Amino acid sequence: MTAKERRAYKKENKQKKREKKDRNRQFAFVTYSFVAVFLCLIGYLVYFNVVRADEVVRSPYNARQDNYAKYITRGTIYDRNMEVLAETVKAEDGSEARVYPYGDLYSHVVGYNVHGKAGLESTLNFDLLTSNAFILDKIKADFADEKQPGDSAVTTLDTSLQQAAYNALGSFNGAVVAIEPSTGKILAWVSKPSFDPNQVSAQWEGLNSDENSVLINRVSNGSYAPGSTFKLVTTLEYMRENPDTYGNYTYDCSGVIDYNGVSIACYNNTAHGHEDLGNSVAYSCNTSFSNIGLSLNQDRFQKTAEELLFEKKLPGGFGNTVSHTGITAAASDGDKMMTAMGQGKVQVSPYHMALITAAIANGGELMTPYLLDYTQNNGGSVVEKKMPKSYGALMTAAEASQLKEYMKQVVDYGTASNLGRGGYDVAGKTGTAEYSDEMEKNHSWFVGFSNMDNPDLVVSVVIEKSDGAGRATDVAGAVFDQYYNQ
Amino acid sequence: MSHLIVEISKYVIIILMAVYTYSCFAVFSTWDPDSKRDMLRNQNVLMFLLHLISFLILFMQKDFDVQIAGLYGLQVVLLATTILAYTKLYPKVSRVVLNNMCMLLTVGFIMLTRLEYELAFKQFIFAAIGIGISLVVPIIIKKLKVLSELRYIYGGVGIVSLLAVLLLAKASGGALLGFTFGGFSIQPSEFIKILLVFFVASSFKYSLSFKNIVFTTAVAALHVLILVYSTDLGAGLILFVVYLTMLYVATKQPLYLLAGGVAGAGASVLGFKLFSHVKVRVQAWQDPFANYDYGGYQVAQSLFAIATGGWLGVGLMQGEPEKIPVAESDFIFSAICEELGLIFGICLILICISVYIMFLNIAMELKGMFYRLVALGLGTVYIFQVFVMIGGVTKFIPSTGVTLPLVSYGGSSLLSTLIMFAIIQGLYILREEEENEQRKKKLRREAGSRKAGRRAGNSGNDRQRAKGL
Repeated sequence: MTAKERRAYKKENKQKKREKKDRNRQFAFVTYSFVAVFLCLIGYLVYFNVVRADEVVRSPYNARQDNYAKYITRGTIYDRNMEVLAETVKAEDGSEARVYPYGDLYSHVVGYNVHGKAGLESTLNFDLLTSNAFILDKIKADFADEKQPGDSAVTTLDTSLQQAAYNALGSFNGAVVAIEPSTGKILAWVSKPSFDPNQVSAQWEGLNSDENSVLINRVSNGSYAPGSTFKLVTTLEYMRENPDTYGNYTYDCSGVIDYNGVSIACYNNTAHGHEDLGNSVAYSCNTSFSNIGLSLNQDRFQKTAEELLFEKKLPGGFGNTVSHTGITAAASDGDKMMTAMGQGKVQVSPYHMALITAAIANGGELMTPYLLDYTQNNGGSVVEKKMPKSYGALMTAAEASQLKEYMKQVVDYGTASNLGRGGYDVAGKTGTAEYSDEMEKNHSWFVGFSNMDNPDLVVSVVIEKSDGAGRATDVAGAVFDQYYNQ
Repeated sequence: MSHLIVEISKYVIIILMAVYTYSCFAVFSTWDPDSKRDMLRNQNVLMFLLHLISFLILFMQKDFDVQIAGLYGLQVVLLATTILAYTKLYPKVSRVVLNNMCMLLTVGFIMLTRLEYELAFKQFIFAAIGIGISLVVPIIIKKLKVLSELRYIYGGVGIVSLLAVLLLAKASGGALLGFTFGGFSIQPSEFIKILLVFFVASSFKYSLSFKNIVFTTAVAALHVLILVYSTDLGAGLILFVVYLTMLYVATKQPLYLLAGGVAGAGASVLGFKLFSHVKVRVQAWQDPFANYDYGGYQVAQSLFAIATGGWLGVGLMQGEPEKIPVAESDFIFSAICEELGLIFGICLILICISVYIMFLNIAMELKGMFYRLVALGLGTVYIFQVFVMIGGVTKFIPSTGVTLPLVSYGGSSLLSTLIMFAIIQGLYILREEEENEQRKKKLRREAGSRKAGRRAGNSGNDRQRAKGL
């Protein structure tokens, strides 16, 4: 081949390559596009497995978790002081039984592990059936054909507080929840009537058809008219609609208000006389709040209520019943007056009221409540520690601070003046909610917190059908006393 | 003790799969023909090892059922025969495509045997018949030059059979999908995909005039509309994307791609508003847990499986894939991820991508509009179906109920995919032989012109083998 021939050959080759590239430009584009789409898909799968999988696995719909029980011994649930709340005990014949040493005390919050599970037994199911045992322990168990030891859960619950709340409720039906507002740790969670989780299997039929709905977790799933505790929401809305003048609000209470044919009276028809906004809260003056309610913009009221988590799933993941205000654009004057004082169609859970109170106590910022402090393996090494997490601000710091002041007055000289005598200060709001025509029996409410300057503990209490003998303030007082005197 | 064995085997299976997957891509960048041949041979070793270990676990965990051992033997014979038959009958066959075809079948065999022996046995029969049929396909491609002229037949048969299904077939699982006779149900939509690709390729080969483009688009759109109306959304979506891709490549006109995209988006919105079954799918996709009782159930179960499996899986026979609805076909990827792990799952996706890249490579090397478009179209059918399937079960896109080619259970799906692979093999062989002819001619010409009798055999053969992926 001469030099000339070689050059011509090279040129021809180059030309061919270029032609081929031109011919295949679209093919290359299609190929790259599909490969790019698949890279996105793989990226998504990695993201799913790293970020989302944990939450998906824990879904209560995931019946797959129980499969683990074949290979793993269910872990123990402890309170914050390592008191056993639930453990799996192996009998001599090798059969396993779940034992709840405190019986009724923790019935709803710890729950049970049969009949579809409830409480922590349900939400922590995945953790309790996961084994992070030391690898040699695992291999040893495998060789011996034994189950792997599951991880244990150490909760934020405090048995002494739980016991105090449980005892204080006595024979009444109702609910108590106590939360540390600065962290969101839940220290006590009582719902009554209670049941013995050791007996759930044996008594299932009776429990399930119980006329008092004993299985309902009243803390998160009880729906009650909030009564005067809702006045905190009304007050906040009034402050928002009148940011410069709410301090100048005055009202003359004669014990009863008549407006367009609707008549609303104060508790026991007491005339509170000339009062400002703070006193209206402190005395829980129905007529004054009816007056306020009539002035409120219902759309904005609803918006504020939604910012306080009405009509929403609540943080914490306890499967709460959603709270409603019942506010509509077509609200009559009577509806407006009733809503403002927490009657009418307003429905909340004690847990929800605890969250609103916790936000007020914590400068407007709500810390997501949680029950699981950390999980540990069979050797006691921490597997995963849960850190306090902010849910976000429900109101501004200034609004929270003002509401705190008003709540302090409720205890200082208002409707909860029987509280705060144990060497600690308390702020709160009482409530008495009519729930039916049975006028002499009402639901008794209290929400509040201790230690104004740096709130330690939020307590939310509801007592069903209180006849005056069982007062929510007394129950809250018992919990606070236990907290400071233990 | 048995738990320990399963645990260890889990890691071994993942490593075998990962090495296999790596070689699928490494083979593209290897130019030394000897090491390439070794690599392809090693792929078979890896595949048979993975098959063996998985079946040992299944055998052990299924109480040493002899049926399992028997089925294993049959599968080994089938896989080995497939590799031998293809390589002996067609020495120019693409080994990458052949190996991956067998690997995907193997993964399907393992998972189906794990799920239900009966299904796995039936799948084995389908596979044996399908491979038998597919072996003659390359000859047909080579001999029947008239294939590129039959556009009216492709289009006509496609539309008529889709209409027939719509009119005659009974509703199965919400979608009107197929005929049943003699205990076997046939899903024409699986084969329609191939027919449509042939129709479009032959039509564009005939003419690229605007008039003919409009005609072709109308026929393709009719296919898609009938499928959407039959509630077979997955097949409709696949045909739509395949047609758009072929149109773009044939006309080299990006504007068509844009217009098609806009039209597709508009049609999706319209479909969402018009058809309740589309709406349910979309809602189930947005939040399967909130809509658990209204169509979200399937995707939720699928996500539970994948999430529970994690990176490494829970091990063969240790999970509960039977909880996933239609785990054997539409949701087999989730079942695989649960027990064999997401790493294995991602490897599986990568293998599918390597098959697709090989398909498109073949398309690019081909001469003649018809063959190029057929290879492109079938490659797109394949990869887009993989995407719709895996994207659907992982909640990346709304789930539309399509199968994972060669892995999912189902005779129609398996047979149509085997035929697709064989058609592309046929095109590849055609190209290899054409090239060989040309090279020979050229050599003869050169030899004749220069008279110097330099033997060019060796170097020529090597170059050719290097291309013989």
